[in-house]
Amino acid sequence: MQPDDRYIRQLILPGFGVAAQDKLRAAKVLIVGMGGLGCPALQYLVGAGVGQLGIMDADTVSISNLHRQLLFNEQELGRKKTAVASEKMKLLNASVNIESYPFALTNQNALNIISEYDLVIDATDNFPAKYIINDACVILGKPFIYGAVSRYEGQLTVFNLPGNTINYRNLFPVPPAQADILSCEEAGVLGVLPGIIGTMQATEAIKIITGIGEPLAGRLYNYDLLQAHSYEIALLPGSNTITIDRQTFEQMDYTFTCDDHEDIPEIDVSEFIRLAQQPDVFVLDVRERHEYPSVDFSDAQIPMSELQVSIADLPEKAICVICHQGIRSVYAAQLIKEQRNLTVYSLKGGLTAYFNQQGS
Amino acid sequence: MAIEVLFFGSLVDTTAVSKLLLDDMHDTKTLKAYLEQKYPALRIAKYFEAVNGQMIQNNTSLRPGDTVALMPPFSGG
Repeated sequence: MQPDDRYIRQLILPGFGVAAQDKLRAAKVLIVGMGGLGCPALQYLVGAGVGQLGIMDADTVSISNLHRQLLFNEQELGRKKTAVASEKMKLLNASVNIESYPFALTNQNALNIISEYDLVIDATDNFPAKYIINDACVILGKPFIYGAVSRYEGQLTVFNLPGNTINYRNLFPVPPAQADILSCEEAGVLGVLPGIIGTMQATEAIKIITGIGEPLAGRLYNYDLLQAHSYEIALLPGSNTITIDRQTFEQMDYTFTCDDHEDIPEIDVSEFIRLAQQPDVFVLDVRERHEYPSVDFSDAQIPMSELQVSIADLPEKAICVICHQGIRSVYAAQLIKEQRNLTVYSLKGGLTAYFNQQGS
Repeated sequence: MAIEVLFFGSLVDTTAVSKLLLDDMHDTKTLKAYLEQKYPALRIAKYFEAVNGQMIQNNTSLRPGDTVALMPPFSGG
């Protein structure tokens, strides 16, 4: 077999050729999640000749996986998904290097692992992982391909691509409460759907690596299999954007932010002004010290990055948390509520909304 | 002509329909207030809005024939 025989059918494509194949061979792609999305994405990328692939999943193969995760079979029940996937992919294409990570992505390991790769495929099935991938990729400047399913519908887009750096937090700044969201386990899923979306994620990866076509960046693609209908939305970077810096990232409790928690009451500016004047309400500014403007109506400033160690020092009062845009303050209020049984509020829209209203 | 409203993903659990046709909705704020009254669970649901396939962040005026989409995040895999 000539080395190029393997790829001959894609090499002869107009606009593809040896140069594109060399780019694939030089590429490093991390797939987070070896489930319904990750299995087909992995199989096609190994087939196409991506040189270096990382696969990450803490789970073992179970019988209810087999209707959609066709990489696995009945003989492999109970085995680590990453081990089985890696063995099989070596049989498919021995020239591909596969690195296994048989554990879950966390905010403690994400930056080290993702920094080794050019591109990430988000093939996870839960919001904490999706927000960890998003924030880590934004910090590291890596593009990632988001995919997800909900019953008979799938979503797909490319986030944080150089030249179009829209990311997940531009769409959904704060994770939903887990209680609001059904996983495949609870919601049910037809096996073909993650197969379609995962294959499209691999498609986008190949396009980004080789430079062919137009990547699906800045557009959210929605596929409804019941109607055989797709719907596309042009995305906006948005004004109400949260950026998580490295320090906040490593300190944030992602499990909690997505967990089943009571929603934090978000108050508007007039309600805030009323509350702030009451003696039993403590106004806490969680902006970093370098952020402007300084305000004279807060009772304390504890930057988000230092909050964890200072929560015990907060007074026994209702705490009203403020920040620049009203997003960090929701996180801070959640943290406080979790650790101290206090009434908490967050100023909706943050000081931006406050000064806008004062100025109008 | 009416305004067409499309619900995606888990929002259909709340609305029980994937599409509505509504008259007298002059902007997205009016529409949202109407929908939240009709489907109170929408008040705590997470979604973003798009008008005619373009994501919006502020109140946007609507004209007959416009399509408004309510898109929640999905997390299954």
